[in-house]
Amino acid sequence: MHDHHLVTDVMNSESVRAGLILFPIIIFMLYVGAVMRSNIHRKKWPMYRTLCMALGMICIAVSVVGPLAEEAHVSFIAHMLSHLLLGMIAPLLIVMAHPLTLLLRTLSVSKARMLTSLLKMKFIHVLMNPFIAATLNIGGLWLLYTTDLYMLMHQYLWVFVFIHLHLFIAGYLFTASILSIDPTAPKHSYGYRSFILVIALAGHGMLSKFIYVNPPAGVPLKQAEDGSMLMYYGGDLVDLVLIFILCLQWYKAARPRPLPVPHKMNL
Amino acid sequence: METNITKRSVTSETRYHFKMRNTISGYLFGLGFVAFFDEVVFHQLLHWHHFYDKSTTSIGLVSDGLFHAFSWFATIGGLFLFADLRRRSALWLTRWWGGVLLGAGIFQFFDGTIQHKVWRIHQIRYVDNVYIYDWIWNITAVIMIIAGLMITLRTNRRTKDAKHA
Repeated sequence: MHDHHLVTDVMNSESVRAGLILFPIIIFMLYVGAVMRSNIHRKKWPMYRTLCMALGMICIAVSVVGPLAEEAHVSFIAHMLSHLLLGMIAPLLIVMAHPLTLLLRTLSVSKARMLTSLLKMKFIHVLMNPFIAATLNIGGLWLLYTTDLYMLMHQYLWVFVFIHLHLFIAGYLFTASILSIDPTAPKHSYGYRSFILVIALAGHGMLSKFIYVNPPAGVPLKQAEDGSMLMYYGGDLVDLVLIFILCLQWYKAARPRPLPVPHKMNL
Repeated sequence: METNITKRSVTSETRYHFKMRNTISGYLFGLGFVAFFDEVVFHQLLHWHHFYDKSTTSIGLVSDGLFHAFSWFATIGGLFLFADLRRRSALWLTRWWGGVLLGAGIFQFFDGTIQHKVWRIHQIRYVDNVYIYDWIWNITAVIMIIAGLMITLRTNRRTKDAKHA
């Protein structure tokens, strides 16, 4: 039975709902536990990071379970809002929460070494390259909305799960590779990261406008128009924050040093 | 007034070194500001521009996406460069304004000619006499370009004079 109801039935069953609510709560509790452990020996973990983590987990929960998630099966606008939360806002908040930094602080030295050697793998470096991460992120969206994938997502449970996992992970990789807050792959230059950010934002905007006139299969035109504008302006708003943080990082890194500096600093 | 003069004598050297950054900062901010103004006033408040015009060519869609994204970045980046110039006491306001006018004018001219007319991303207003709007739009753009160019060239000359002095 591969009809529309299967996905909604499974997603609305009590045990799945309970699991989807519990998962972000458990992650957040682990985070708070790690913060308390880190605070014993080290400099106090900034409060805003814990707040970001809490908000990020709420975004994830709201987008996968509850009224919005249920509405997203039938309304394209609700779908777009939940995607905005899961694919852009939650990743940004979680990146701001410095989760890997916290993990490295709390793990024992041997385990932290294992984690860093894992993060040094070529594979991770490739994924954390802003160009690759942006392609996975924006390219995935183009595939979702311009092929039959959007329709299949509502028919097959595994497609539904895969797409939502991909949406969050690709969003996270992209945000993390642009902001380079956690000590993972080597930082790329500000110019390169800015360039990729602008191209990715452009690709996002173009796709939004494309959807406005070419709705995914099964989406009524009016809903596609509203959803498209939500995607366009919602994406703008989140990217505004991304651009601001990236520029702020440059501003701090390029501060004039006490020693005389050559006047041609990198822009 | 007096503090202004003493400050100027201190900063005069630095600002000549950073004259390019003053232009770039102004240019980026000008471009971004015009795009932002366009979005707020002509799209959202007046509803003259349309979100999507069905006669848009595909290159128009690409160009619109790229410029929209870049203008967002330019506004914020331009202002951070401005803050950077201030903390280095290298801000040269006249030159910066020259950059603003250049960025605003060039983008508005490109938008009013290529984007609106050739690639047809949307018209200024959906009325019969749209050509009047087009002329006003583009003449304003040309005035900004000329004013920006004049300011930039004049400040260039001043840099040269200062170096020879």
